[in-house]
Amino acid sequence: MNRIDQSFSRLKAQQKKALITYITAGDPDLETTVRITLELEQRGADIIELGIPFSDPLADGATIQAASTRALNRGTTLKAILSAVGKIRRRSQIPLVLMGYLNPILALGSERFFTRAAAAGVDGVIIPDLPAGEMARISRESRRRGIAPIFLVAPNTPEERIKIICRESRGYIYCVSVKGVTGARTKLPRTIGSMVMRVKSFSALPVVVGFGISTPDQARWVCSPAGGKADGVVVGSALVKIIEKSRDRKRMLSALADFTRGLRKSLE
Amino acid sequence: MTKNRKKYNFPDAKGYFGRFGGRFVPETLIPALDELENGYRQIRRDQAFRKEYRRLMHDFAGRPTPLYFAARMTRDLGRAQVHIKREDLAHTGAHKINNALGQALLARRLGKTRIIAETGAGQHGVAAATAAAFLGLACEVYMGEEDIRRQHLNVVRMEQLGARVIPVSSGSKTLKDAVNEAIRDWVSNVDHTHYLLGSVVGPHPYPMIVRDFQSVIGEEIKKEFGRRGNRFPDYLIACVGGGSNAAGMFYPFIDCPRVRKIGVEAGGTGGKSGASLGRGRPGVLHGAFTYLLQDKDGQIAEAHSISAGLDYPGVGPELSHWKEAGLVEYQQVSDREAIRGFKYLSQTEGIIPALESSHAAAFLLKFIKKTRKNEIVVLNLSGRGDKDLEIVERE
Repeated sequence: MNRIDQSFSRLKAQQKKALITYITAGDPDLETTVRITLELEQRGADIIELGIPFSDPLADGATIQAASTRALNRGTTLKAILSAVGKIRRRSQIPLVLMGYLNPILALGSERFFTRAAAAGVDGVIIPDLPAGEMARISRESRRRGIAPIFLVAPNTPEERIKIICRESRGYIYCVSVKGVTGARTKLPRTIGSMVMRVKSFSALPVVVGFGISTPDQARWVCSPAGGKADGVVVGSALVKIIEKSRDRKRMLSALADFTRGLRKSLE
Repeated sequence: MTKNRKKYNFPDAKGYFGRFGGRFVPETLIPALDELENGYRQIRRDQAFRKEYRRLMHDFAGRPTPLYFAARMTRDLGRAQVHIKREDLAHTGAHKINNALGQALLARRLGKTRIIAETGAGQHGVAAATAAAFLGLACEVYMGEEDIRRQHLNVVRMEQLGARVIPVSSGSKTLKDAVNEAIRDWVSNVDHTHYLLGSVVGPHPYPMIVRDFQSVIGEEIKKEFGRRGNRFPDYLIACVGGGSNAAGMFYPFIDCPRVRKIGVEAGGTGGKSGASLGRGRPGVLHGAFTYLLQDKDGQIAEAHSISAGLDYPGVGPELSHWKEAGLVEYQQVSDREAIRGFKYLSQTEGIIPALESSHAAAFLLKFIKKTRKNEIVVLNLSGRGDKDLEIVERE
């Protein structure tokens, strides 16, 4: 059983919701990424998404674009991220999901990427510019290596596509809260609940909501009956913002710890 | 053509030209691309739409554009007969109007009230702003800060046409970054906004739609040679950035192997170029699998060209397919050679070409030595050069 599945079944038994946190790998550097990951786990994150920086992140808002640029300026590569994953794995069994655009994966060679990722201890992969059904060999290779391909569902995704997405997905299904790019938003659309319910009617996989969620109240609402009883939330840009603003590593880690603890509490 | 040769029929049902193309976009855009494809397939068969488009092309855009026999150039060079397809004489000064009007009509048919576009040299931005003004649609154009600086005249034109020009400061501040921002805008406003993409790039169905609207260029060339005596040209030459003017010129001749088609990419200077086909590797950018300028880690490289319209690290997926299928050959011309082409055409024929088209002209000057007197070459003069005068003056 994959670590993601284990994590969700443990949470289910405890009647808890999953807190999934996203940070861009290599921002400000990979050593800190390892350190942050362990800190987030300790403060209650259940799954960590590590962003692979890309020169042209067209599904991302300004915050994650800037993080991507910082990571690339530090010389962060996909290979180096995989070895950082190996370092995390030696100290933690938290589920790790890599999130990144297709081209760096193709440049390394998708077969080689999944082989190395599996060896390093990666549990899932999210490729925002690879919709389900496109270049289908990629998700096949991913599943064959025991890495869950995680696809996104958007508010405007029609039923026949939801079915395809559910068939291709493993691990969890990621509902995008709004039509738009990543980044914190003050208001979330009311329609999230019906989207989550619709996806749940087609799949037994856990369904989580991301894009735009930055506060404990928003997280709680998304997992409440009004929000469609999502199985978890993904918080990204809000954490990346803390990393961007912190002047030193110590203050960064304590700010991230406080913030994560607040989110965790809202999901108990 | 022999009977057993299969007729060229791309893209396939999934939007691929051979192994190139596809739809590599966030899930939110998939329904919009489906809607666009369905809408386009309907209007393509719709007699009323086709009639309206043809009428606009004639009355508003000034088509057909002349196929002009360049007598002085032909005499001066002493080899093949040179003919020039005068897209610079189309309304707004470039071939871009062919696609902008077609897509704007389609957007109106789909009930969209707002148009967004990306632009490099500003020619597509001007064409989009013109089509939007003509049809009463709101229009916003994304343009890199570097391009705003070097193509100032076109910024003023867009603003006078009622469009809002939004500066893009990310990345290399050129066309690639303007496309990123336009896609981000589209993802956020997909219900009422049409993304009027200006080249044969992007996710399916864009490469097909833009190629089809631009094919009027090649169709007119075909018709004109038919009228004059039924002999097709021996060579077609067009510049290639994203590839829309080349696709429009070559596609109607793609089943005619005797017509040699040559695309000219920006060779740039000092190792930096816009030559994705000549110097790149296949990968995924802006929604398509195609040739790209990229580093070994798959990060997109910064392109460089003296011409803002060719300053792009990708190329249309169909042009990638043409390369691998051996249907079109691609060559490169440096910044300096392009300037030479610009000056030659201006002084020999009295036509000031865009720096983009100057690349095709410059290649012709080198290539013509290999041709014979009884042969015919057609140069696609995709746009006029007023916008580039300041750049050329500085060189």
